[in-house]
Amino acid sequence: MLGSGIIKGLAVTAKNFVGSFHDPERLPTVEYPEKRLTLPEAYRSFPFLVFDGENAIDGLRCVACKMCENECPPQCIYIIPERDEKGRPVKKPKVFDIDLSVCMGCQICVEVCPFDSIKMDQVFEVAATNRFEGLIAHREMLAKSNTYYHQIRPTEAAEVDTRLAEEKRLAEEKAKAAAAAKAAAAAKAAAAPKPVATTAPASATAPAAAPASPAKPAVAAPSPSPSSSSSAAAPMAAAPKPPATTP
Amino acid sequence: MTATLERLPLLVRDWITGFFPEPVRWLVSGLLAIVAILAVFGLYFAYLTLAERKFLGRFQNRPGPNRTGPFGLLQPFADAVKALTKEDIVPQAADKLLHFLAPCLVVAFGLISFAVIPFGRYLIPVDLDAAVLYFFAAGVSSELALFMAGWASHNKYSMISAMRALAQLISYELPLLLAVVPVIMLSGTLSTSKIVVAQGGWTFGIIPHWNVLTPWGFAGFFIFMIAAVAETNRSPFDLPEAESELIAGHLTEYSGFKYALFFMAEYFGMSALCGLGVTLFLGGWQAPIDILQVVPSYVWFMVKLSCVIFCLMWVRATLLRLRIDQLTRLAWKFLVPLGLINLGNAAFWHLSADWSGPLQIVRWAISAAVIVIPFVLIGRTLSSGLAPRTYRYAT
Ligand code: SF4
Ligand code: SF4
Repeated sequence: MLGSGIIKGLAVTAKNFVGSFHDPERLPTVEYPEKRLTLPEAYRSFPFLVFDGENAIDGLRCVACKMCENECPPQCIYIIPERDEKGRPVKKPKVFDIDLSVCMGCQICVEVCPFDSIKMDQVFEVAATNRFEGLIAHREMLAKSNTYYHQIRPTEAAEVDTRLAEEKRLAEEKAKAAAAAKAAAAAKAAAAPKPVATTAPASATAPAAAPASPAKPAVAAPSPSPSSSSSAAAPMAAAPKPPATTP
Repeated sequence: MTATLERLPLLVRDWITGFFPEPVRWLVSGLLAIVAILAVFGLYFAYLTLAERKFLGRFQNRPGPNRTGPFGLLQPFADAVKALTKEDIVPQAADKLLHFLAPCLVVAFGLISFAVIPFGRYLIPVDLDAAVLYFFAAGVSSELALFMAGWASHNKYSMISAMRALAQLISYELPLLLAVVPVIMLSGTLSTSKIVVAQGGWTFGIIPHWNVLTPWGFAGFFIFMIAAVAETNRSPFDLPEAESELIAGHLTEYSGFKYALFFMAEYFGMSALCGLGVTLFLGGWQAPIDILQVVPSYVWFMVKLSCVIFCLMWVRATLLRLRIDQLTRLAWKFLVPLGLINLGNAAFWHLSADWSGPLQIVRWAISAAVIVIPFVLIGRTLSSGLAPRTYRYAT
């Protein structure tokens, strides 16, 4: 009959109206600034840098290898590695900036980082009053603790932690073996006074990195021998940024 | 106590006019009525906009405005401040005088129709003998103002919208009047206050003698409300301001407070038409049950008015906008024939007024059949071939 469709429609809206007063299903609005939805674990916004321990800057896992800088599609990461007084890189970023107005949240930097030191954050309220400097996130702002990482993505952070622990264990074993070998070599070389001069610089660089990140040197030891050597070998040559140097 | 409450507005008026010398008292009391209408319906308008937004929100599963003040109660004032502080733009090519005049006139015409609505037992601004006639004369002129707005804007969208408004007005004025005529026939008067009095009384103290509770009255009310929605240009008949086709129709070239005035006029027009509907069909200020007469009559009027307006909001939240040909077809092929049949129905009801006993049941049955059968038949012919719709490409 004419009008029955209208009555059906009216019934639907009436159900909505009445339901909105008692049935949360029919009033799904979350009044945002006061109430918030819990974000899904996989939600991501912008990258941040993970640090271990208490000190945000000293504990950074990042070794300033610049892999993320090179891979970032819109080129919004800018890194200057830290150097000691003699001008040698110390595997720390001195400047680590991400331009949030350019970052597209693609997560490629996270994928390429060999040290699990850059991860995607869940902060989405990044409004600033200045659209140039205001949206450039500096090292201090980007550094967030591992605890925070555990808070926002427990599963992923736990995986990363076990992986890092495993790598650390392997590295320690390797270091122990190396130390044993070295001790043997040293014992053998003790007879001859000459080789002491050659081992000295090698042992000098290791302690320089060691105090900076307590958990780090062991992790850094196994894989990054190519990267550390390249960054050490070409500090001047790397200054003009190549568009993409995929290793 | 009840009598005092009932007469309270009158007492206040007499108290105020008492301060003035005898010769100007009529003028003062007239002005007071205007001020009262402006104040009451101004505030009513303000909160109607808020209520509409809130209710529409609820109908669409969202809470509606709730940021300004507690529960968003200050929203109308924030809107008013916003409208007042916005720049008032007049297009260069516009007819400056008419462009300015249109919003003023549209509000004025919306307001003058309030003059003949009996808000309470003793509350009627002007008790005219030909009140219904006056009401429609005033109501129709507001469409003139709409056309003025469309014409003066010198904008093709405004113009098309104004044309549509006129087409819509002419189409729906007829069913509106046809729905009203039976009431006038049966109560034998054009005066709104007498029509309300004629609907007084209760059967067994609980069934009121409102016109809507008779077959012809129900059909009349139904036709009246559909036509009233169309007359006030509200969804689903809001063709003159169809945003998707005409930007904002006749409002396209208006900004700032003039824009707000059009909205005010729309709500005034809606309140006035619904007020007339309440007066003619829902017993005006009469209480629904005998014992509820302790509540003052003007409260009943406002309650009924608000209920009717709420139904309009409900309809607005539910239905889609019609196309212009569907709109006029609905008026000419459906509402006008039904209205004419209803006229005959009312005549039958009038002639069979002295039937009693079992004949009373026969009277009701005949009267109901006279209106239901044409409704079904016309509905069937109108929708034959239109439904159910088959979609060739979509599944
Ligand atoms: S998320 Fe993508 S765009 Fe953003 S910094 Fe990382 S690589 Fe660059
Ligand atoms: S890839 Fe990782 S370790 Fe290398 S610079 Fe980027 S964040 Fe630091």
